[in-house]
Amino acid sequence: MKYTAQQYFEKLMTATGETLLMVLVSTVFACAIGLFVGIAATITSENGIRPNRPINAILEVIVNIGRSIPFIIMLILLIPFTRAIVGTPLGTWAAIVPLTVAAIPFAARVTDSALKEIDGGIIECAQSMGSNAWQIVFKVMIPESLPSLLRGMCLTIINLIGYSAMAGTVGGGGLGDLAYRDGYISYDFMTIFLSVVILVAIVQLIQWVFNLIVNKIDKKNR
Amino acid sequence: MTKQKQKPTPEIVDTDNIIEIVQLTKVYKTAGSSVVALSDVDLAIKKGEIFGIIGLSGAGKSTLVRCINLLEKPTHGDVLFCGKNLMSISRKELLQARRQIGMIFQQFNLFAQRTVLRNVTYPLEIAGVKKEQAIARAKELLDMVGLKDKCNAYPSQLSGGQKQRVAIARALASDPQVLLCDEATSALDNATTNSILQLIKRINTELGVTVVIITHEMKVVESVCDRVAVIDQSRIAECGTVKDVFLNPRSDIAKQLILPKTTDATVADDDRCVRLIFDGNTFNQPIVSALAIECNALVNILFADTKTIEGKTYGQMVIQLPKDINARRKIEDYLTARQVTYKEEELPQ
Repeated sequence: MKYTAQQYFEKLMTATGETLLMVLVSTVFACAIGLFVGIAATITSENGIRPNRPINAILEVIVNIGRSIPFIIMLILLIPFTRAIVGTPLGTWAAIVPLTVAAIPFAARVTDSALKEIDGGIIECAQSMGSNAWQIVFKVMIPESLPSLLRGMCLTIINLIGYSAMAGTVGGGGLGDLAYRDGYISYDFMTIFLSVVILVAIVQLIQWVFNLIVNKIDKKNR
Repeated sequence: MTKQKQKPTPEIVDTDNIIEIVQLTKVYKTAGSSVVALSDVDLAIKKGEIFGIIGLSGAGKSTLVRCINLLEKPTHGDVLFCGKNLMSISRKELLQARRQIGMIFQQFNLFAQRTVLRNVTYPLEIAGVKKEQAIARAKELLDMVGLKDKCNAYPSQLSGGQKQRVAIARALASDPQVLLCDEATSALDNATTNSILQLIKRINTELGVTVVIITHEMKVVESVCDRVAVIDQSRIAECGTVKDVFLNPRSDIAKQLILPKTTDATVADDDRCVRLIFDGNTFNQPIVSALAIECNALVNILFADTKTIEGKTYGQMVIQLPKDINARRKIEDYLTARQVTYKEEELPQ
């Protein structure tokens, strides 16, 4: 082993903190914007409550392009944008920008498919009661699909954990970066091993917490 | 510019009509082709009645009921609700009008993530009613439909009949003047269907809510409706009181729906059959037995579907007449004397 237990502990703690910061902040932004885009895509679709072909087509194209660009490429493409927002293209906060941008299309798609799962009859019924579009979205569509939305959010977070490992390339830090630099480049298997163990544990924990919440709140099929 | 181009509202002839559908046509356009779902439909539904719309599946009845609250926008024509033309009002006014028109569905369409109580408060919530007031009203309605103890249950914990009761309570929460029922009992078994129909009838008599029932089932119309429209191939084939349409159907589709099929009874070439129609004029008496004795003739009953309502007999019976011409005459005279309507019946050979 190259380092003392104390050194391993400190390095891993710092990297875990960076990973969690990157994932948490980008999750908040990506889910907020993704939810908005997903709702817009759903209600403007052909069978939506406000069909609008041009807007829907634009949203679809943006989401599909965003989803097909490999993250590592997006990281590089977004450098000027990141610099404009954060001031520097390097560092943990700078990594949050490409992470957010990359996760928005994913979150939007997940939202879109969760909302489309709702039985059309329920929406029709809400309309028959005189609900306006706003009420249908916030009082019917979101609450009715909340379990699916949360499952989608869980997927988004786990995806972001994977991306955040790559974000180390722009000096973002985090567990992936630690495993790459101190582990792979510096030939320290222990660093790689411990980083991976922590990443796996984080993913497991998130999955477990979300399953717990979803099972608690889902009142359908029981 | 002022709204000069607004369509002229057709004059309302009869103010008793709560819903009037005037020259309504609905065409669905898909890529390359168009399907006519409704064509030139005229219909007037009177305040306080239970109006049935019956037809085979695909006849356009579900589209028709959705045109009443404009869930489907008619291609042409007008829909008048309380004298107001829904086709020419603003979206906001339409939402207000929809709150006056409750609707229940075949698949119940309850909100799965809301409790029974919060399902019923939904229409009040969106109308901006205060929470305590909404809850009190919802409890009242759930009591009325017999589900007071299910307030905190979720729809997935209820049976089909209970779900439809919740849906009814919810549809009534905004104090509507009309209740539209789209195949509301089609997913339910016979006993549950009857109890739901009784509830609908009670709502009609006790609350004075006008009810429109869409169904493909004869027994539904028969048991609760006052008037009925028979719809076939996008058009109204005939419309009238249930009694008139049932006892004397004029259109082919009405005959097909109402007169039970007797195809399993086959007769020889020269046999003659008559269909006896009991329209309540004959009091519950054993007509056929009496006929056999008094005319001294043996008749064969090929089909019978009669029921006694308030001591009067309603329904149909197909009997095979004897070959002897004199015996036939005697029977016909007997039936005429007893005021039994009868018609010659063609049966498959």
